[in-house]
Amino acid sequence: MSEKFTGSEKYVATEDLMVAVNAAVTLEKPLLVKGEPGTGKTMLAEEMARALGKPLIEWHIKSTTKATQGLYEYDAVARLRDSQLGDEKVNDISNYIVKGKLWETFISKEQPILLIDEIDKADVEFPNDLLRELDRMEFFVYETKKLIKANNKPIIIITSNNEKELPDAFLRRCFFHYIAFPDKETMIEIISVHFPKIKKKLINEALECFFELREIPGLKKKPTTSELLDWIKLLIAEDIPPDALREKDTQKAIPKLYGALLKNEQDMHLFERLVFLSRRNSAN
Amino acid sequence: MLTKFFDNLRHADIPVSITEFLTLLRALEKNIISINLDNFYYLARSCLIKDEKHFDRFDIVFSNYLEGNEFTIEKILESIPQEWLDNPEHLQLSKEEKELIESLGGLEKLLEEFKKRLEEQTKKHKGGNKWIGTAGRSPFGNKGFNPEGIKIGDHTNGQKTAVKVWDRRVYKNLDENVELGTRNIKVALRQLRRLARQGVKDKLDLDTTISSTAKNGGFLDLKLEAEKTNSIKVLLFFDIGGSMDPYIRLTEQLFSAAKSEFKYLEYYYFHNFIYESLWKDNNMRMNSRVPTAEVINTYNSTYKLFFVGDATMSPYEIGSIGGSVEHWNEEAGATWVSRILNNFPKAVWLNPQPIQYWNSIQSIAMIRELFSERMFPLTTDGITNAVNNLRR
Repeated sequence: MSEKFTGSEKYVATEDLMVAVNAAVTLEKPLLVKGEPGTGKTMLAEEMARALGKPLIEWHIKSTTKATQGLYEYDAVARLRDSQLGDEKVNDISNYIVKGKLWETFISKEQPILLIDEIDKADVEFPNDLLRELDRMEFFVYETKKLIKANNKPIIIITSNNEKELPDAFLRRCFFHYIAFPDKETMIEIISVHFPKIKKKLINEALECFFELREIPGLKKKPTTSELLDWIKLLIAEDIPPDALREKDTQKAIPKLYGALLKNEQDMHLFERLVFLSRRNSAN
Repeated sequence: MLTKFFDNLRHADIPVSITEFLTLLRALEKNIISINLDNFYYLARSCLIKDEKHFDRFDIVFSNYLEGNEFTIEKILESIPQEWLDNPEHLQLSKEEKELIESLGGLEKLLEEFKKRLEEQTKKHKGGNKWIGTAGRSPFGNKGFNPEGIKIGDHTNGQKTAVKVWDRRVYKNLDENVELGTRNIKVALRQLRRLARQGVKDKLDLDTTISSTAKNGGFLDLKLEAEKTNSIKVLLFFDIGGSMDPYIRLTEQLFSAAKSEFKYLEYYYFHNFIYESLWKDNNMRMNSRVPTAEVINTYNSTYKLFFVGDATMSPYEIGSIGGSVEHWNEEAGATWVSRILNNFPKAVWLNPQPIQYWNSIQSIAMIRELFSERMFPLTTDGITNAVNNLRR
């Protein structure tokens, strides 16, 4: 068997993630990754490409993306325009076939990693339209009557934010992994991977603040890993001493720079109100 | 050997297919994992489960499979919300409630029947000493404990507005995946579509292209237009729990159909009637509520509202301050509904109760009046009529 993915110097992979990734790689099936926003779904593909030394092809899905755009597009309008201008190119239809990301993946010389990012953004029918292509790793170009077949079966990573349900037929063809929110130990590992020189004390204080914040009921958007990393980066940049985070019972109870953690006006208000209440309680 | 495990998964209502099972076998054959129980667990989960909401059920089946045990009573007990055991005083009865119980044959009789049923229940499940123990400590909460649902209201022979406190139970979020039979509903809902050209102009507008090319002396002048999309906005409010239980499947179908039909769809849950707060997640309904005023202020009046509920309750729950079954409401439900209706002129109530009972239930009449007769049965025809009303 080829090399196994065990995380990278910038990415901490948990045991279950490694099992899922390696199963998908070995059995040549797509891996569907779900999880709270900011838990590193997209980063997984990037870091896999780096760790396994394979080229990465990214296909970012938008609400207007159609499945056929991933295969190819026939630019009829350009051809029409060229025909009006009497361009020679017009006689060969293949001049107007624009290759999509899947095509690119299929003709890649070495086995590539294809990231289909945020598949749930697309139309409901989108995954269904890709069933055969992902299953057989081939598709037919009707304009040129050519069958495009994958040289090397690519490793496919699909991410979803759960905005839409994916069809069963599609799910059946995938491996599935849900990136759970990291526990404290994993979080410390993740932070030290990103900030190798950070002081232990700052990590502990920051994490305590962070997990407390996550437990506030009713938050619209709970802060996640990426927000925590941003916040710590800020704390380091501003050179804030760990003790400053601890002043919970005093007048300065609002943690420093918490704007990096809470991205939503209502959440800010909620939080400020809670802080106000706790301050009043401690004053009594 | 693993087929039993696969069987158990299917029995636990987890949608696993043969294909996925074969994938798991192939993965095992290829020695992807070092033989180790943890890794096997991860691999099996990754192969077989495609939605994190099934993880919990999978875990139960997995551990049962390992132990070789069937479901045990302890497992079910674990699912009881701790708050009930901690705060039994929540469940104490007021004077009115006592009178109500008296009218149903007295508390003693109810409790006796209750215990008898409980014992029958435990016999089926084996080794249920805990059941009785728990029952002794907090008999009033017991309805919720029991997954089979001992419905004390049953004594009242179908009259659903009865004992208040007993109706407290664990609510489940609506499963939006019920695809079966939703086609008719979808077709009905589709009537509500209002197509509008929105967004990037990326479609060829043939008519204008031809005319402007002609004007251009035969040289091509391409005109593009934006694609048509459904721009209708919908808010759904679901009554959940208690008397709505018989209609849960129907409601799920509606939810599932609406979810796939409308791009701008928001939903909230309520219990029996609308008061100052709603919630979005039934597991969090105690601590994560949305103020109704916030809902009114968040969405503009172009949203179309569907209320889904059986509208069957005691009249106090609609018209009186403090009439709610679950809490003390400072303002009557009717006040809140009028507020909502003032803000959203396009609103209908869908009622799963068969239409022939409507006249005999007072609360239904009250709600119909509040909604100026815009109540429709939750049937395909009813939805079609409701949609037509909303389109006006």
